[in-house]
Amino acid sequence: MSAIEIVAVSKVYAGGVRAVSDVSLAIADGEFIVLVGPSGCGKSTLLRMIAGLESISSGTVAIGSRVVNEVDPAARNIAMVFQNYALYPHMSVYDNLAYGLRNRGVPKADIDARVAEAARMLEIQPFLDRKPKQLSGGQRQRVAMGRAIVRKPDAFLFDEPLSNLDAKLRVSMRGEIRQLQRRLGVTSVYVTHDQLEAMTLADRIVVLNSGRIEQVGRPLDVYHTPASTFVASFIGSPAMNLADAEVAGGCVAIGGREVASGVTGIADGKLTVGLRAEDIQPAASGAGVPFAVRYIEELGAQRLVHGSVEGRHLTMALSPDLPLADEIRVTVAADRLHFFDAESGRRMARPAHAPAGR
Amino acid sequence: MQTKRTVFGNRLLPYALLLPQLAVTVVFFLWPAAQAVLQSFQREDAFGLSTTWVGLTNYADLLSDPTYLNSLKVTAIFAPAVTLLSVGLGLIFAASLDRLARGSRVYAALLVWPYAVAPAIGGIMWWFLFNPTIGLLPYLLAMVGYRWDHALQPTDAMILVVIAASWKQVSYNFLFFMAGLQAIPKSMIEAAAIDGAGPVKRFFTIVFPLLSPTTFFLAVINLVYAMFDTFPVIHATTGGNPAQSTNILVYKVFVDGFIGLNLGSSAAQSVVLMAIVVALTVIQFKWVERKVTY
Repeated sequence: MSAIEIVAVSKVYAGGVRAVSDVSLAIADGEFIVLVGPSGCGKSTLLRMIAGLESISSGTVAIGSRVVNEVDPAARNIAMVFQNYALYPHMSVYDNLAYGLRNRGVPKADIDARVAEAARMLEIQPFLDRKPKQLSGGQRQRVAMGRAIVRKPDAFLFDEPLSNLDAKLRVSMRGEIRQLQRRLGVTSVYVTHDQLEAMTLADRIVVLNSGRIEQVGRPLDVYHTPASTFVASFIGSPAMNLADAEVAGGCVAIGGREVASGVTGIADGKLTVGLRAEDIQPAASGAGVPFAVRYIEELGAQRLVHGSVEGRHLTMALSPDLPLADEIRVTVAADRLHFFDAESGRRMARPAHAPAGR
Repeated sequence: MQTKRTVFGNRLLPYALLLPQLAVTVVFFLWPAAQAVLQSFQREDAFGLSTTWVGLTNYADLLSDPTYLNSLKVTAIFAPAVTLLSVGLGLIFAASLDRLARGSRVYAALLVWPYAVAPAIGGIMWWFLFNPTIGLLPYLLAMVGYRWDHALQPTDAMILVVIAASWKQVSYNFLFFMAGLQAIPKSMIEAAAIDGAGPVKRFFTIVFPLLSPTTFFLAVINLVYAMFDTFPVIHATTGGNPAQSTNILVYKVFVDGFIGLNLGSSAAQSVVLMAIVVALTVIQFKWVERKVTY
């Protein structure tokens, strides 16, 4: 177990494509970090540079206190779980787990004990003699996890390990990975494009966009104070509503219609306003602004109402108990609004307020 | 299960459509094969005027014929040697190319070229390269003190025909191994690297076992090739000599039948070869399909 220190790391491929640019990140010992972003954002490349499967163009990666830029993957003492599991098809489950230990010259009795322990932890004892192709997707996933565990590595690296599983299994495996990591206390870096996985698994989320870090933070901090419109639209389901707006004298107007007033700490001018779906509330008749309903998604526990205010598309999450009309009036509390620079998309600080939405 | 069936209105049409292929098969394969079987039980006089039924005599004679036993022995050395050399080199080239980051397409194209060369021309080329008087290789060998002469030395002759026969086969095997290597997921190799296996260990514990179906398939194919398709190579290089040392079974069929005009014995020899081919084919289908999997 050890901390991972990433300093100003870049990856430039032959041909000049910058997959990762100038990423710095300090991962504490035992921390669960999730790298999340859309495909092509450089999250897998960053993970593979930590693993040593990809060379580091500039910057340094240190595991423990040792800089590993020039160290072979084998000598970094990390374990990786791949998206396609990468189990050795010609070996039994036992041999799959034992392979890494044998390569390191671990005594036979020790191997037996460690494989047995990992198998017990993951409940794969009945399958130890089987070949991977005789296992279901979920069982293969467990074997892949087992292969990582038996090595007792300094860090676990996960490369979208759950994306090949069906939705139900994904949820249960997600929980198991979290519990297992807590129990073993091994530093983990987990790559996913699924913001829900990121929110539920991470101690800290790292949101990547075009090879750069957009934001690092605890899941709820990222959710409640997204650092940019990119993060706001990526984290959370449904995505945060973003609309062009104008602020004048503490009043926020979307498409010329005032939606909130009493906003402090924001200079007058054009900007992008962000509203979480659950922060938009129905208003008493006469109050609020008119909301034209386009269509409704019923999720059971809540109801997503898609519609528009002054032609700007917005989504709100309502309780299914509320009666609906074609046009309803809505309101939003001023302290629930997020403000982003219209040009850069960066979050605008509001010195007069504590972070919104607590 | 649903299968889509096309139904012909005319009952004769399907047979008419099959006829050209069947005709070719019958005329060029079944009929000669049947003739060979028939001839193997007969003996013809030197002028081809009379034919006598002799039963299994031709086969019995083969077993007591020292030149035939020698030919069996020569084939038993030649065929496995060609298989080992061509499959081995094909695997080495494919594995090396797989590790190459740049220029692999160029190398791959160059490595496939020999397969396009006609076997007889390949044989002639090696005959030139190894020619004791004008060849480049004997000249180089002489520098290290070896006097190469495949016209006199049985061992040299065997080495020559093995190399000449393997040469173009390497391309074929290389292609199959390339395809086999590309079918191995990259993440599996990476997993092994993280599991602490170096390149050599990875090759022997992961890559080679995963290639075993390909390897077995190629072993059988090359064995069949070496036993039956190497006639032009032998004919263009040594002609079975010196002292019968490269007279493999298929070449002896030709020599005894068409030069010696001993048709009965030649036919019996081809029937034996046919039996070997059938046996190898059966082994291939039984094993490749079932046993050699992981």
